[in-house]
Amino acid sequence: MTPPGPSGHPPLKGEGDPRQGIVLSLCGITKHFGPLVANDAISLDISAGEVVALLGENGAGKTTLMNILFGHYVADEGTVEVFGHPLPAGDPRAALDAGVGMVHQHFTLADNLTVLENIVLGTQSPWRLRLDRAGAERRIKKLAADFGLEVDPGATVASLTVGERQRVEILKALYRDARILILDEPTAVLTPIETEALFATLRRMVADGLSVIFISHKLNEVMAISDRVMVLRAGRLSGERRTSETTRQELATLMVGQEIVPPPVEPVPRGPALLTLDRVATPSQGARSGLRDISLSLNGGEITGLAGVSGNGQAALASLISGTDAPASGTIAIADTAAAAWSQAEALAHGVARIPEDRHGTGTIADMSITENAISERYRDPRFSHHGLLDWSAARGFAEEIIAEYDVKCPSPDAPIRLLSGGNMQKLILGRALAPSPKIILASQPTRGLDVGAIAYVHSRLLQARANGAAILLISEDLDEILTLSDRVLVMFKGRLSAPSARGERSIGELGELMAGHGMEEASHAA
Amino acid sequence: MRLEPKPAPSLAATLAYPAAAIVATFLIASLLVLAAGASPFSVFALVAKGAAGSQFAIMETLTRATPLIFTGLAVAVAFRAKLWNIGAEAQLYAGAVVTVVLGTGALPLPAPILIPLLMVAAMAAGALLLFGPAILKTRFGVDEVVTTLLLNFIVLLFVSMLLEGPLKDPMGLGWPQSPKLIAEARLPRIIQGKRLHYGFAVALVSAFIVWVIMKKSTLGYEMRAVGHNPQGARFAGIPVNATLIKTALLSGGLAALAGFSEVSGLKGNLTLDLSPGFGYTGIVVAMLAMLNPLGVVISAIFVAGIFVGADAMSRSAGVPSYIANVMTATALLTMVTAIMLSRYRVRWR
Amino acid sequence: MEAFDILFTATFWTAAIRIASPLIFATMGELICERAGVLNLGIEGIMVAGAFAGWFAVYSGADLWTGVAVAAATGAAFGLLHATLTVPFGLSQHVVGIGVTLLATSLTYFTYRLALPEVSSPPKIEPFQPWPIPLLSDIPVAGPALFSQTPFTYLAYVTVAAVAWVLYRTPLGLAVRAAGESPAAVEAQGISVTAIRVGAVMAGSALMAVGGAFLTLSAFNSFFFEMVNGRGWVCIALVVFGSWRPGKALLGAILFAAFDAYQIRLQQVAGSVVPYQVFLMMPYILSILALIVVARRATYPKALMIPYQKGER
Repeated sequence: MTPPGPSGHPPLKGEGDPRQGIVLSLCGITKHFGPLVANDAISLDISAGEVVALLGENGAGKTTLMNILFGHYVADEGTVEVFGHPLPAGDPRAALDAGVGMVHQHFTLADNLTVLENIVLGTQSPWRLRLDRAGAERRIKKLAADFGLEVDPGATVASLTVGERQRVEILKALYRDARILILDEPTAVLTPIETEALFATLRRMVADGLSVIFISHKLNEVMAISDRVMVLRAGRLSGERRTSETTRQELATLMVGQEIVPPPVEPVPRGPALLTLDRVATPSQGARSGLRDISLSLNGGEITGLAGVSGNGQAALASLISGTDAPASGTIAIADTAAAAWSQAEALAHGVARIPEDRHGTGTIADMSITENAISERYRDPRFSHHGLLDWSAARGFAEEIIAEYDVKCPSPDAPIRLLSGGNMQKLILGRALAPSPKIILASQPTRGLDVGAIAYVHSRLLQARANGAAILLISEDLDEILTLSDRVLVMFKGRLSAPSARGERSIGELGELMAGHGMEEASHAA
Repeated sequence: MRLEPKPAPSLAATLAYPAAAIVATFLIASLLVLAAGASPFSVFALVAKGAAGSQFAIMETLTRATPLIFTGLAVAVAFRAKLWNIGAEAQLYAGAVVTVVLGTGALPLPAPILIPLLMVAAMAAGALLLFGPAILKTRFGVDEVVTTLLLNFIVLLFVSMLLEGPLKDPMGLGWPQSPKLIAEARLPRIIQGKRLHYGFAVALVSAFIVWVIMKKSTLGYEMRAVGHNPQGARFAGIPVNATLIKTALLSGGLAALAGFSEVSGLKGNLTLDLSPGFGYTGIVVAMLAMLNPLGVVISAIFVAGIFVGADAMSRSAGVPSYIANVMTATALLTMVTAIMLSRYRVRWR
Repeated sequence: MEAFDILFTATFWTAAIRIASPLIFATMGELICERAGVLNLGIEGIMVAGAFAGWFAVYSGADLWTGVAVAAATGAAFGLLHATLTVPFGLSQHVVGIGVTLLATSLTYFTYRLALPEVSSPPKIEPFQPWPIPLLSDIPVAGPALFSQTPFTYLAYVTVAAVAWVLYRTPLGLAVRAAGESPAAVEAQGISVTAIRVGAVMAGSALMAVGGAFLTLSAFNSFFFEMVNGRGWVCIALVVFGSWRPGKALLGAILFAAFDAYQIRLQQVAGSVVPYQVFLMMPYILSILALIVVARRATYPKALMIPYQKGER
């Protein structure tokens, strides 16, 4: 019932002439990255005072489109018009001057500078002999009061929470009189309560006549905040709907192109505890929380899902189990034996398979070949080296096994791994981790940034490992993923764990409350 | 302007870019030759003749290449692990000092025992000298660039002190120089009556051994992994700090062999001008070879040829022999630019 | 206690400030580069080139201040080379820096030999003369030390104040500090990271070359090979020691120079017992020790040595 493919300027039903008061118009934007078509002839219009959601799964081309609008990238084809004037390509300054502001998914703030300095950066002539701080501070305080964005202009950014940093980002745009604000996945780092506050701010801005482009892959939020939804799929505009006239299901279908069939989760008998943490603590690192007396056991045949807002200690727990950090206090036991020393090599020797959060920076060595990456965790095995000399044919054979078994698309095992797509890179990491049939698996954000096909593949492999009796810890910011796969769910808040809940026991709303720290006092020490 | 990674380049492209870098270097040097009022063609012809135009010239070039192979290998090994050893000059002198201390009669041993012993001792001294900066880097986070650079000055002053003190040759007419090595401590000449000595053979063997280490051994694998991505290497369980320390020991040892070989093979004693910057030129040699140990041999001979040829040329053509230093420095910069261009496509939009 | 009394003489402090002056220029230059995110190991060679260019201009008939300007322009040119290779091309700042040092040094020697083929001893020029500031120079000890110097040293004081003012009080300095910490933040505010970094490296390199020119135009009166003698590397240590702050770096440079002046005088007192090389080593050893002391708590500009590409984050 939905005509897919690129649409020019489709007239919408109802509400008079949609072309009235158009503030921004993208026309036929096309962008290639090598062979990949990131944006394929995308056109869209935004009117004053509306919130347009740009919906699409990871890799659909949302961020690329907005980076073109903002001048970080230059489109191969197509034009951008703001308030009826064409915007020169590849010039963020022109976009800012035309009234376009952007809040990036990864904040663009300098930690060593104050809030005020970050906001005024680039707004005063560089040849001025003196930065006007007093005037800037007055203006920031007024904007903060008008839009409910409380933050201390004198504070150093390094000392701010994630929510405060986002407010600074929005203030940066407002300070420059932005009339069109682009927010790229703004809620990924927020608690449900902070998200509500953000939405309140956005509504005030819209009431003030600003236009907002809200980039997201979360259907709930898109339904809650937007007036209109543009759906992107594989670089093309696959549909456009008024929010009031559509449903979650329809948007989901537009986004993915097919019905999403959750993988079947067969019941598996719960095995013995394979990894046990007993009152483990690690120190905090900057804004990242450490672990505060965590006790946790992972049992065979069970996926333990760990939810929480980013920065609450999940990364610390992942670092601990992967062997990157050793516990400051408390013990780690594998099966029933306490581990004396703890390091990456120890973790690997004890059969802990690790799927790291950061594929590019941590999981692989970009400039080394697929073969070299395949053996990186096991190059000292007798299978791959003798007396300090590597057996490259055995290594290559192992890489070829993974490539075949895990369907990694690559030119050859000798190609540098940086040439692989995210999904194929993740498959190689999966293969490397799962090849020795590990008993314990740490999967940290295993599907972040992957497309639907690759996500389903990763899920099926994890479920298969579970069926084979492995104990799996799944850390994810995607609540849907956690709820689909996990046999039990824990929530982490400020370095502590909530009491576990069995499959289906807690709703998304209840988990959201826990993620915001409500009800955590009842947290058990023996999850 | 932005850089976009190219897919793996073909072999032809891999070779074409460095070749273009060499051509660019000669073009830039031509400008200087013109500025000196000479004709580039005749000057470069004289350089080529001086470097390879006769048996004598070839012997000179290979003799000059010998220490450069060692320092080039030292730098190639270190830079592969992104350990920025700029102190090959100091490590060279450390090797030379130990050679002189043990080789002037302190150990009355026959040559087949004494020479390997001197090599091992020299390597140990150079390794020890780089061990300090490596420990400071891994333990305290002190940047090794500055420490190794400053050590060059400290060690040279230390050598000067030795040559005016305990190591001073009583027969040296007051010159700051060490006594001569005993005959058993001297590397023999490859051809009687020519300056080329067996240090060159040792250099070739060293290059091959280093190549095997880099390509085939777990240590070489660890070094490359640490150099490309220390965080990723650490995650995979590779002992990053231990690898850096091992790299430092190997690199320092190789540089020290240059000092051993110059004293034992060529000069016979230690003076303050033993090395006219072989340690720094080793950086150029290693980069021209794109850090490949076998390539180091070729690039060392090339660089040595430029220096030897320029010396001969400046005597007859009146262009200052510093043109050789300018050319090697230019080659370093054009080469790193060429390597980048072979891997990335420059897009101007 | 002869060795100790030295510290209270005006001539000692006068010498210390004179020794500090070239270090102050070059340290400020390196500091600007690193604050913008670029390590400039070209410093040693750029100082050599600046020392020669300034001297040669004056030797060829220009006045002293023109010589300083010529040195600055020479430094900026090498800075442009360094910045082009490291900023838009993103090449290794270590390798390019060493390359620039080798190139600047060898080009200088080549030019010197070409311009003055026949000289055996380096020709002399008439350098900057001390220019006591009325009243201020009459203050005991500090007066002669600080205010009976050459105008070139006074320029060093002004440079520190100007660098500190620009970095912390002007919109331009804000952009430089941000570029060394988070280039993405700079680009998101519509400023070109490339322009800021290239500009900072050129300005910083100009200051390094001026530091080199101090040696030939004020401290000495001729150019000779090896005259920079590792001062550039010392300045890199001084930037770390000064935690990337102009005031602290100035203090470091003066401390270092005082130590250097002290060892020269100590040589005269104790030179018969201890070899003079030990004294000459001291400044370098001191630099390494200073690095060890501060390295643990040093807060580097976060983007130092990390190339930036537009649209990256």
